[in-house]
Amino acid sequence: MGKTWTIALKELASFFDSLMAYILLFVFLGISGFFTWWYGADVFMAGQAELASFFSIAYWTLFFFIPTLTMRTLAEERRTGTLDLLLTKAVTDRQVVLGKFIANLMLIALALLCTLPYYLTIVSIGDVDHGAVICGYLALLLMSASYIGLGILASSLTQNQLVAFLIALLIGTSFHLLFGIVASAATGAVGEVLGFLGMGTHFDSMSRGVVDSRDVIYFLSLTAAGLMGAELRLAKRGLK
Amino acid sequence: MDIRIENLSKHYGPQAAVDGIGFSVNTGEVLGFLGPNGAGKTTTMKMICGLVAPDQGTIRVGGHSVLKEPQIVRRHIGYLPENNPLYEDMPVLDHLRFSAKVQGVPEGRIQERIAEMVRVCGLDAEKHKRVGELSKGYRQRVGLAQAMVHDPEVLILDEPTTGLDPNQIVEIRELIKEVGRAKTVIFSTHILPEVEATCDRILIISKGRIVAHASPADLRRQAQGRAVLNVRVEEVDVSIVYSALAGLPGVDLVETLAQGGFILQCAPDMAVARSVSALCAERHWPLTELHSPGTRLEDIFRDLTLN
Repeated sequence: MGKTWTIALKELASFFDSLMAYILLFVFLGISGFFTWWYGADVFMAGQAELASFFSIAYWTLFFFIPTLTMRTLAEERRTGTLDLLLTKAVTDRQVVLGKFIANLMLIALALLCTLPYYLTIVSIGDVDHGAVICGYLALLLMSASYIGLGILASSLTQNQLVAFLIALLIGTSFHLLFGIVASAATGAVGEVLGFLGMGTHFDSMSRGVVDSRDVIYFLSLTAAGLMGAELRLAKRGLK
Repeated sequence: MDIRIENLSKHYGPQAAVDGIGFSVNTGEVLGFLGPNGAGKTTTMKMICGLVAPDQGTIRVGGHSVLKEPQIVRRHIGYLPENNPLYEDMPVLDHLRFSAKVQGVPEGRIQERIAEMVRVCGLDAEKHKRVGELSKGYRQRVGLAQAMVHDPEVLILDEPTTGLDPNQIVEIRELIKEVGRAKTVIFSTHILPEVEATCDRILIISKGRIVAHASPADLRRQAQGRAVLNVRVEEVDVSIVYSALAGLPGVDLVETLAQGGFILQCAPDMAVARSVSALCAERHWPLTELHSPGTRLEDIFRDLTLN
């Protein structure tokens, strides 16, 4: 765990060194703040003290932001050759992948933490269902974990960051949109399976405050699948 | 720690990058790894570091198999990859600390090891800069420092002196020499005087195969089937000197140059030089030049790798 943590901290530091972290925080807070408090279906439209509108906006902003964050994780290291440097140190492939995953997740968690004033504001307005808010944040965090896992997998496939971004977005779109759309058109077993694969249903029920173990398992398995794929891809380097 | 390599092969598609090579390096030895570009030097080094899996063959570092116990082996290896990739955003000291941590240097010793590396590699003036802001020479020193920060017993250096100016090359060479006294070092290069100055043994590979494996002196001796002697006799008629030289025992061939110069191809001992000087003394010819240029390592290298 020590080395995984070392790699995670180094990655996190490089987000801040390269200004990536500041840009992400600025734009994420800007966009989600704008739509939560100012424009469209904002919190005031709900007529209730809840953060549902923020959650549904963050559901989309994170979907776009996470690939921009994960695209460089392995692709950039492969391009500059530092991946060779890292993989010849006394660390396992798993430690490298996990370290990068933790760094990305910590940055997203920090971004979500910065929205704490939203919560405090709502609390001062009226009675808030604290459980639902906690569930909503948990759902955002779990969804982010899934997309980070898939994003790291995409980044491990290429040494071109843009390609990594597009692959991650493509995989993400399938889960975010396509499966849900196809599921609503399909019937029977196919419809059910696709419906289960879609991100939307799991996120919605959880952000409403219902923690179902099936939803948690869904997010965690997507995360694990992405990370294991990335690890396999690193281990495969000798076999090409 | 020693390195033992047996029957190592690696193919990329139909092309053999490394084709059944085997050699060993003992503790305290510096092995110069030579070969034209694309001969398989980098691939071999990557396989020793466990970065590329061989198709065939075994690599043992200190008795541990690179394939079966990569984590143990990696802890004892310091690797400087080709082109010296480093994290450009990181300050030098942070980079060294990161390398030390992932290599498992105990927390209490990290500071001491970093200070040691800064001293040995002469990084003191630039240690607070980011890697990306350094000149090429300093970058190279950081590359060496990160490879050695965990005090590895084996050092694998892929072209450590490319792109450096002559002064820096000498510095790095001295550093390798000093480090090589206690450690096992393999380094690749195509600068030939470099291997002569630093290596105990030379391994030349070409098209994935070993074409020579000997000490620099032995390599020279092997190639000395045809010694050459430069002679210059002034103020005497060229044809008289020519026939006198050609008549000496042990001389195979005489070539004439301008202004009384001659090149003799002869047997590889100094007897011919002695008889040339005796001949000139006897006839009172002014002998102004008599020396053996020796066989240059460049010629040996070209000979071995071109056919």
